[in-house]
Amino acid sequence: MIYSLLIVASPVSGHGARTAAGFALSAIASGHSIQRVFFLDDGVYCGTASAVFPQDEADRLQPWLQLAREHAVELVLCVSSALRRGMLDPTEAERHEKAAATVHPAFCIGGLGQLVEAVNQCDRLITFGG
Amino acid sequence: MATADRPRLLVVIRHTPYGSGLARASLDAALAAAAFDQPIQVLFMGDGVLQLVPGQDSSAIGLRNIARLLGSFPLYDIEHVYIDEEAAGRLGVDPSKAPLPTRTLNAAGIHALMDSCDHLLSF
Repeated sequence: MIYSLLIVASPVSGHGARTAAGFALSAIASGHSIQRVFFLDDGVYCGTASAVFPQDEADRLQPWLQLAREHAVELVLCVSSALRRGMLDPTEAERHEKAAATVHPAFCIGGLGQLVEAVNQCDRLITFGG
Repeated sequence: MATADRPRLLVVIRHTPYGSGLARASLDAALAAAAFDQPIQVLFMGDGVLQLVPGQDSSAIGLRNIARLLGSFPLYDIEHVYIDEEAAGRLGVDPSKAPLPTRTLNAAGIHALMDSCDHLLSF
């Protein structure tokens, strides 16, 4: 089965984002495919390259990097959610004259059209958080 | 428009208009789906019915007016808009005064609507 995921949960509040990454890894391990994960609202914080987690807590970024690198899952941050939260890739940082990019290179920034496309191409859309 | 092969999408809006960013995000998602010619229906449910309160003025809190955004739905051909009858009654929202035309649904109607769609986008 082809799944698409929509993440609206913040990585630092509650369990939604962590559960989503765990679901994605488990689904792939069970033979399903995850084409795209779309991050909206506070979910875009999942793509931060600059967060520092306490040593006794799990690294929230690592499972997403594993999905992108080992399973070619596309990780897309909603552009309007991302910009107003200071989540910038090098292109957006330069365009808006900000000091630095804050999004990890494993993630890309895209429009809501990419969520619509993911909905059209999957068998199941699963939302985490909200 | 050839939309028969596209999945039927239901956007379920459950958040108050100015209590979180999700209200705005859910409306943007609905508008984006409509802009891409996706067959879409919208359900205001629970606290989400408060988005349909008439005469909203958000200028004092520096946020965009949700009611005005809702008023643009017909321009995007979003015509199937439903409101949770029980929540509207409980929260004192009069559907006849909402910023856009809606149809009221009771619990059984909501169940049937969700059952008839391929995907739920729930915020």
